[in-house]
Amino acid sequence: MIITGERMAHRHTAKRYAGLIATHLVLILFSIVFILPFFWMLSGALKTSQQVFSFPIQWLPNPVVWTDNFVKGWTSRPFNRYLLNTLFITLVGVVSRPLASSLVGYGFARCHFPGRDFLFVIVLATMMLPMQVTMIPLFVIYKNIGWINTYYPLTVPFVLGGGPFMIFLMRQFFLGIPGELEDAARVDGCNSLQIYYRIFLPLAKPALSTVAILSFMYHWNDFLWPLIYINDEKKKTLVLGLESMKDMYAGSWNQIMAVAVLILLPCMMIFFLFQKYFVQGISTTGLKG
Amino acid sequence: MKPGFSRKIEGYLFISPWLIGFLFFVAGPMVYSLVLSFQKWSLMSEPKFIGLQNYAKLSGDPLMWLSLKNTVYYVFGSVPLRLFLALILAVLINQKIAGTNLYRAILYSPSLITGVALAVVWMWMFQPDYGLVNSLLSRIGISGPRWLGSTEWAMPALILMSLWTIGSQMVIFLAGLQDIPGQLYEAAALDGANAWQRFTTVTLPMLSPVILFNLIMNIIQSFQVFEHVYIMTGGGPANSTLVAVLYLYDNAFKFFKMGYASAFAWILFLIILVMTLVVLRTSQHWVHYQGGV
Repeated sequence: MIITGERMAHRHTAKRYAGLIATHLVLILFSIVFILPFFWMLSGALKTSQQVFSFPIQWLPNPVVWTDNFVKGWTSRPFNRYLLNTLFITLVGVVSRPLASSLVGYGFARCHFPGRDFLFVIVLATMMLPMQVTMIPLFVIYKNIGWINTYYPLTVPFVLGGGPFMIFLMRQFFLGIPGELEDAARVDGCNSLQIYYRIFLPLAKPALSTVAILSFMYHWNDFLWPLIYINDEKKKTLVLGLESMKDMYAGSWNQIMAVAVLILLPCMMIFFLFQKYFVQGISTTGLKG
Repeated sequence: MKPGFSRKIEGYLFISPWLIGFLFFVAGPMVYSLVLSFQKWSLMSEPKFIGLQNYAKLSGDPLMWLSLKNTVYYVFGSVPLRLFLALILAVLINQKIAGTNLYRAILYSPSLITGVALAVVWMWMFQPDYGLVNSLLSRIGISGPRWLGSTEWAMPALILMSLWTIGSQMVIFLAGLQDIPGQLYEAAALDGANAWQRFTTVTLPMLSPVILFNLIMNIIQSFQVFEHVYIMTGGGPANSTLVAVLYLYDNAFKFFKMGYASAFAWILFLIILVMTLVVLRTSQHWVHYQGGV
């Protein structure tokens, strides 16, 4: 397969410029439309309760309420506690999943053992398995072993292997590393674990970063698993707290938006700082298609 | 025969974390789920084996059928629109223009705010009396519907907002577009093909495996739509947005009908599987694989 950036030679005619301008206009229009929810969230977080209800709507807050909604929203629920809970779960995921998925990915990419390809097909199949099938039995199992209202259901399944998608990502990366490196190390008397640790892991930093970042996003925003397995008010996560705010009286949209902005902030910052890792991670999914 | 016994064992050791996780958190629960689906159990009493009665009861459950109907409505409303929009945006971004990365970042960004944050801001935007959507509509002289409060408009509202989270598909399309060799376009241009002809004779066929991938992933995900519905409408009004997974969730975690919900989970699983296989089957007629080029 040829992956050159070579494009057609374009003639710089007036028609071409018209096309360029039209493309930009359409993209700018869509960008505005796509940013609208963010804008509205931020604008709402800075509005007074009266402005929240104004119709036709007011695009910009006037007067600007800088801190009130953030403080009131954040203290309307034990969000400090929720933040700690979420940080803990996210941290476990971010640290363990790159490590686990690189181990397993290395096994699938570079080791030869009977049943390997069959097992890898199972990894891919679990990527598409609807979680509804395992959701109920897992609840019963967790209940029986006392895992409800603990963070085990939100961490242990991910610590073990890192999740099928992450394994797939690491395997694809390791497949692309030339075999000579490995052969040379083996001649020098390294065993597989040493080769993994000394050669493959240092080379895999971009892929490991992708896994770490995607893990952060996943655990920080995860809703369904905490919803099912965490009922204890004090053990809830940030998004569960935000969800419970929707039942507040209607005038509190500004506070809800303020909390939403605060929860989003870390995700946004990570996304714009590490955009290329996202693109890498997501593009890998499609390539097997 | 150099890579001997110990090398093979090594392989299993490397993948053992996944293998253990798979057995305990996927394979085991799946078997257990099948067992549960033949039982009547409310978590309180002892589970009772009742054979196929759950499945028989499901087939006569009007809410089950309604939830499937609503899900199909959502899938058929959302998936084609999402794919179309993602493809168009990817093609536009793939032009040789300035700001590609910025556009890609902006259009992807709503996909970051999973579920809850996006759901609450849309709840506010869809408010009939003071929401942003109806305010914009009134500016062009349309008196907007009651959106999430209307049996007719709640589902279209959910479909509409699902268009904001097409980021991943767009990025996958973009990667696929960038893999199409430039020579193909040159050859087509030499043959006198205009931009639209190049799109239909080069881009679409070359991209068809990626379209298939996105289509399947989209169908699987849309059939499992839950989060937005749970938060924004809770299935209402009057069950007009009661989708399959929400009905399953209610049965399991509100009514504690563990067996009944498990049976429904398997039916849903089979529907998704059949849908995927049907799409794969038809793909033989429209997906073009590169080997023949």
